[in-house]
Amino acid sequence: MSNTDTQGELWEVFIQSKPGQSFKHAGAIHAFDREMAIENARDTYTRRGEGSGLWVVRSKDIVSVTPNEEGYFFDPSNDKVYRNPTFYEMPEGVKHM
Amino acid sequence: MKTSLISQEELLLEFEKKINAEQKIEPLDWMPDEYRNHLIRQMSQHAHSEVIGMQPEGNWITRAPSLRSKKILLAKIQDEGGHGLYLYSAAETLGVSRDQFIQWLHEGKAKYASVFNYPTLTWADMGAIGWLVDGAAITNQVSLQRTSYGPYSRAMVRICKEESFHQRQGYEIMWKMMEGTKDQQEMAQDALNRWWWPALMMFGPHDSDSPRTSNAMKWKIKRETNDNLRQKFINKTIPQAELIGLKIPDSNLVKLSDENYQTSDINWDEFWKVVNGNGPCNEQRLAHHIKYHNEGAWVRESASLSNPK
Repeated sequence: MSNTDTQGELWEVFIQSKPGQSFKHAGAIHAFDREMAIENARDTYTRRGEGSGLWVVRSKDIVSVTPNEEGYFFDPSNDKVYRNPTFYEMPEGVKHM
Repeated sequence: MKTSLISQEELLLEFEKKINAEQKIEPLDWMPDEYRNHLIRQMSQHAHSEVIGMQPEGNWITRAPSLRSKKILLAKIQDEGGHGLYLYSAAETLGVSRDQFIQWLHEGKAKYASVFNYPTLTWADMGAIGWLVDGAAITNQVSLQRTSYGPYSRAMVRICKEESFHQRQGYEIMWKMMEGTKDQQEMAQDALNRWWWPALMMFGPHDSDSPRTSNAMKWKIKRETNDNLRQKFINKTIPQAELIGLKIPDSNLVKLSDENYQTSDINWDEFWKVVNGNGPCNEQRLAHHIKYHNEGAWVRESASLSNPK
């Protein structure tokens, strides 16, 4: 991802739509510092009461898995089906389980 | 990294398999250059249109007929600026900087919607733009919500949520004028007469004359063809005009069946003339953008000096 020369750094914006819910990625904005970033995020992404919470983070600080690694990166969890409740056998008629 | 061991052909197959399975392509995924370049062109044109589109409406802020209409117009124009920002940031995920996008606009290498090269002569034009221009844009954007590029699709979902206010406020202006004096009715009709054809032109050339349509459809950047989208817009807009007593400026208009109309063909000479830079306001719109961009340079410069990376 590129940074621009004159328009400040790129920041990713995350919105929490209601208290208690997860923050969700909304898009990005440009800003020169933290204060400008959170204000630009507010003006750009929450003009209609979309948010009860707002996070901004410099795009360059986000660590992600590259698509080519996806397969083996998530591999360790694929062979542990016993982590899912449906793995277990239950006697006929058991309730509240 | 695995990448170096996989051939281009295999990568393309994987890519097309994803597209066919209706999976979104994300910024770090491999994509053909042609796909990336098509998106860079289409998304930046879309972003520029939102921003240049603020000018014809900005023309009427100081002359809005009431405080209510002035507040609404300000909010609408702010939304358009916001839509430009959603789209620029989505387009930047393709690896092009915002400065570069703006430079291409200023050099005339990137285009914006030609419809904004027409002047806004009366207050009724605010009605016609919201109702017709935003209405046509919504028709296109609803379809683009299903585009195959993830960031573009998500920006479209967000924009569509906001656009329906734009169309309704425009239609309300037209309706109120049609309920008003004879002069007001004539003013509304005049605005429709001037904006009807430019609005239909917004969908672009006929599919048969649109050289880039086929790959864009195959890779699901576009989900519907220009002509299909235009017909959808025509069919839903004509009854809206009739409901408030406006007459579509097309003497050859035929009602084929319920909600299915046939219009005259568009004046394609005019279309290409405006696309190629010779519309009534092309020079003015670009000159305005360049002027204010340059006048803001010192702000960007001093902000970056006081906040070194």
